[in-house]
Amino acid sequence: MTDQAAIAEQFDDLAQQREATEIGIWAFLATEVLFFGALLVCYAVYRYQYPAAFLAAAREANVVFGTVNAALLLTSSMTVALAVRMGRAGQARLSGHALLATVALGLGFLVVKAFEYTGDIQDGLFPGPGFRLAPPQTQIFWSLYWIMTGVHALHLIVGIGVLLTIFVLLRRSAFDPRHNTTVEVSCLYWHFVDIVWIFLYPLLYLPGRS
Amino acid sequence: MTDIAALPPTRAGLHGNYLSAGHTVASWLFTTDHKRIAILYIASTTLFFFIGGAAATLIRIELFTPDSGILTADGYNRVFTLHGVIMVFFFLVPVVPSTLGNFLLPLMIGARDVAFPKINLLSWYLSIAGGALALYSLLAGGIDTGWTFYTPYSSIYSNSFVTATAAGIFVAGFGSIATGLNFIVTIHTLRARGMTWFRLPLFVWSLYATSLIMLLATPVLAMTMVLIIAERVFGIGVFDPERGGDPILFQHLFWFYSHPAVYIMILPGMGIVTEIITCFARRRVFGYEFMVYALIGIAVIGFFVWGHHMFVSGQSGYASLVFSFLSFLVAVPSAIKVFNWTATLYRGEITFPAPMLYALGFVGLFTLGGLTGLFLASLPVDIHVTQTYFVVAHFHYIMVGGMVSALFGGLHFWWPKITGKLYSDSFARFAAVLMFLGFNFTFFPQFILGYLGMPRRYHAYPPEFQVWNVLSSAGAVILAAAYLMPLGYFAWSFLWGERAGSNPWDATGLEWQTASPPPEHNFEAPPQVPEVPYDYHPGRESARD
Repeated sequence: MTDQAAIAEQFDDLAQQREATEIGIWAFLATEVLFFGALLVCYAVYRYQYPAAFLAAAREANVVFGTVNAALLLTSSMTVALAVRMGRAGQARLSGHALLATVALGLGFLVVKAFEYTGDIQDGLFPGPGFRLAPPQTQIFWSLYWIMTGVHALHLIVGIGVLLTIFVLLRRSAFDPRHNTTVEVSCLYWHFVDIVWIFLYPLLYLPGRS
Repeated sequence: MTDIAALPPTRAGLHGNYLSAGHTVASWLFTTDHKRIAILYIASTTLFFFIGGAAATLIRIELFTPDSGILTADGYNRVFTLHGVIMVFFFLVPVVPSTLGNFLLPLMIGARDVAFPKINLLSWYLSIAGGALALYSLLAGGIDTGWTFYTPYSSIYSNSFVTATAAGIFVAGFGSIATGLNFIVTIHTLRARGMTWFRLPLFVWSLYATSLIMLLATPVLAMTMVLIIAERVFGIGVFDPERGGDPILFQHLFWFYSHPAVYIMILPGMGIVTEIITCFARRRVFGYEFMVYALIGIAVIGFFVWGHHMFVSGQSGYASLVFSFLSFLVAVPSAIKVFNWTATLYRGEITFPAPMLYALGFVGLFTLGGLTGLFLASLPVDIHVTQTYFVVAHFHYIMVGGMVSALFGGLHFWWPKITGKLYSDSFARFAAVLMFLGFNFTFFPQFILGYLGMPRRYHAYPPEFQVWNVLSSAGAVILAAAYLMPLGYFAWSFLWGERAGSNPWDATGLEWQTASPPPEHNFEAPPQVPEVPYDYHPGRESARD
């Protein structure tokens, strides 16, 4: 495959194409920051208004599952960074293995999350008629818990799909990771999903435990 | 850098252009050519414009008489909500960036396409999917919350199709984020050699400022819509007062998007008007740098004024004070723009073809809309006129008087470039004057109604308000005629119009250096970038004489 074929027609050269995809992904992540930012604002406002209810509610979250998941995602950040490094070095095969490891860690997160969700529901922690905590403001915390973790999990599922696609493309030698930013751009997205969890974990699992 | 001329020549040769590049439906629906995507957007936004306009027609018919006429109170709620939702989210927000912006941005900076052509097409499909959801809720029975979706009415009590509409706005919002992202990356990376940041046409700068807002404000609205949907579908309660939820928080989140969205709806119009006024005054724009900083200033300050929608909501008095001050502040860059347009006209060789009439109409109507905005930024006056027709008149002067005038001006200005054909200037000038008169006829009475105390969003009103309402409804008939006229003469022009040539207005700007309609890859040879934009008298005129 020549370099020429890797350049889309709207670009003059590889450098320009690389610059465009990099600005593009950072701009997209800026959008994502504000997307989650709206939820963080809600959390901040309500925690300020109802500190006691938030501490009481957060004590009910399953801190073991939450911590295991934080460990899984942090490790996946390492494997995904390795995938980028190996790709740049021209080790397409190793890069693919690192991507697979990342996907496995992401799936592990989802499995743990599924157990956690099941436990939460059985425990009467879904807001609505069967909710077991008092005062009513604890429902605000748990509403935010479900939305925040749900939206985060959706992002993770998208990330797993993206990484799997790249893995298949690498296997077919559809692009050369030395000249192509596809791996890097997708990995930036994956890191972003991890960083969101680094914010969610202390906000949702740790309050009220000291 | 690869030489543009070294690329394979376009398929159809000398007479090949983007319109003749394919005639099948698939060649349109799967195109990644920014020019064809712009045409797709023109078709879809025109459809939404006339759907929203039909709702406005029903409103004006209902308000012709003081008592209940053709609509029930509930039906009236659904009609004005439909009008607001369709016009704001599916017409005004996307219309200029995605139609004229899409068509012209790569041409104006000397690029072959936008940075991500496939994402560009995806934007259109997202906007169509979102629009389809909104239209579904319209056909299924409509929504009655007002376009502002205030909770807890929208999240708990409203018995209408809020979920589908909110989902539609969510989906279409990602179309607008994708467009903004595409434009930002395109402007950063695909400028032709010699096209420095301070040689960019001001329309490009206005798209850049607009894209920043789209990128940073739209996701907040998207999440707010998610929270409403989650509250209706899953029964979670972030805004439910019974569980301690705060409806005012919803209003903050909603206006954090929806006020900057007002600038999404006006900044591109300002860009268009600058292109038109410089061309028909044959002058360099007065104070180019100030125009750039004013655009960016409006976009930035616009993020910090949302609280002026909530002066009577019960937010803290100190917050109102600060928001009031910042709202006055945003008037400064807006005024700079108006003064600079005026100064550009000074000692110009002014002619008055249709685009210029629309542009001058924009300046007048925008000024009136902007000055009445100061009334609303001032706390004591706002409390008197809040939720009255004064507010309705104010934002229609900006959005309809301003933005729609600019859109029509832009369509008339670049029509020869888009289609390669000329239209009847006398018909077009008649339509432009008719639009200006019809607009004032429709909306000026509403200032008076509002000042007299007529509240918005009611289907019936005391009889003493009737004369102003009749004036307004009569004006709407004229306005509707002015909107419909271009459909006729544009269609005529497209079918039987004279060939336009590459530069019928003798305008500067790279888009006029290529053929009309442009070839598939925009330029046959690398475009020449002039020293400064709007150089109408090269070597004779300095920027400020």
